[in-house]
Amino acid sequence: MIRHVILRIVAKTLIPCILLFAFYVQFHGDFGPGGGFQAGVIFAAGIILFALMFGLPAARRVCSPRALEILISLGVLLYGGVGLASIFKGGNFLDYSVLAHDAVHGQHIGIFLVELGVGLTVTAVMIKLFFLFAGRKHIL
Amino acid sequence: MAIIRLHDLFAAVMLLGIFSLLSAALFTLMDAVDVAFTEAAVGAGISTILLLGTLALTESEEKPEHNRRAPLALLVVLLTGAVLIYGTLDMPHYGDPAAPIHHYLADRFIESSPQELQIPNMVTSVLASYRGYDTWGETTVIFTAAIGVALGLGARRRSRRQLQEEERENKGGRA
Amino acid sequence: MIEPGLYNYWLCVILMMTGLYVVMAKGNLVKKVIGLNLFQVSVIMLYVTMGKVEGGTAPIVVEGAPDTIYSNPLPHVLMLTAIVVGVATTALALSFVVRIHEDYGTIEEGDIAAMEEGR
Repeated sequence: MIRHVILRIVAKTLIPCILLFAFYVQFHGDFGPGGGFQAGVIFAAGIILFALMFGLPAARRVCSPRALEILISLGVLLYGGVGLASIFKGGNFLDYSVLAHDAVHGQHIGIFLVELGVGLTVTAVMIKLFFLFAGRKHIL
Repeated sequence: MAIIRLHDLFAAVMLLGIFSLLSAALFTLMDAVDVAFTEAAVGAGISTILLLGTLALTESEEKPEHNRRAPLALLVVLLTGAVLIYGTLDMPHYGDPAAPIHHYLADRFIESSPQELQIPNMVTSVLASYRGYDTWGETTVIFTAAIGVALGLGARRRSRRQLQEEERENKGGRA
Repeated sequence: MIEPGLYNYWLCVILMMTGLYVVMAKGNLVKKVIGLNLFQVSVIMLYVTMGKVEGGTAPIVVEGAPDTIYSNPLPHVLMLTAIVVGVATTALALSFVVRIHEDYGTIEEGDIAAMEEGR
């Protein structure tokens, strides 16, 4: 699709906006609608648009399958790690209140890290799924 | 409803995407902004793309066949639907603040979440903190599903015929 | 007998039964996955309609308005995760469909059963 001038220009303008919006949704999830799940899906949508425009090999160079596999596990491990950290700090599993000096601050840190973990996993999983389906018979 | 009748799977998938977008608008009307957000991104975006990818890998026309099971299925569906609608007659009305679902846990979340967590978005605080176990489980489910798809589709493509040929070659080699 | 406050449940039931019918009556595997998706959206809609409070607003705290009525955040949380898990399981189902098509060359249930019997 790279030869369509209009599509190419529009996609080039849109992709950075989509990725930036994903980050906004991720980190603004405490105050407005949003959070790890939505941010992950939006980020993945940006990458998928890139893959549709510039072809699968180019997208594979942007985020290699190996890195995606690492990110998928890293997100889950980050979530579990926060839970374990709160056990070591003397609380229950996933009890963020003990993570910092006062409970509210601890909760903020815990929620931030957990949402980050969810966001990483969802992003990587969605991109990975698209690569797997699209790369099956070289559609692109 | 048109989804049932259509034999062109491509059109059916497109209708499903439109339906997802419309239901996202409905969710916004019902104050579920987070759910609407997710539905619009996931239902109208990712799952449509995955379905289209599957259609590209397989075939995009449904075979028009005379289906013997259709009358039976229709009967079962009508019966189940009637029972379910009978069951809803006792349900609390739409938007009723006295409904049981709005008391017990929900009251506690709405009252204490702003003080305990000081995070304005209650959906985020309930999601990540009060029901952290749930979300942890969901993340693991997504992780597992990705592993499943990777195992199914990631491997090199070998059809049954190739496998049989390989088996034959192996046997031939041994004999 | 006509209860105007119950239309939302009836809408969900109709959607749910549409999805169930597609899953049961159609032989095409992709169609079955579409039916499952319909069913899933209807369940989500059921939960979200139950979470709505009359005169309420979205469950995001409004500063300086302590007596605001909020809709119930709990169903929203559950459905939020359900949607994302739903798309992951849909992807798993679709990957099975792709594999079946590679092995059998068809995604019609009847054809696959006939091929299995013929073996």
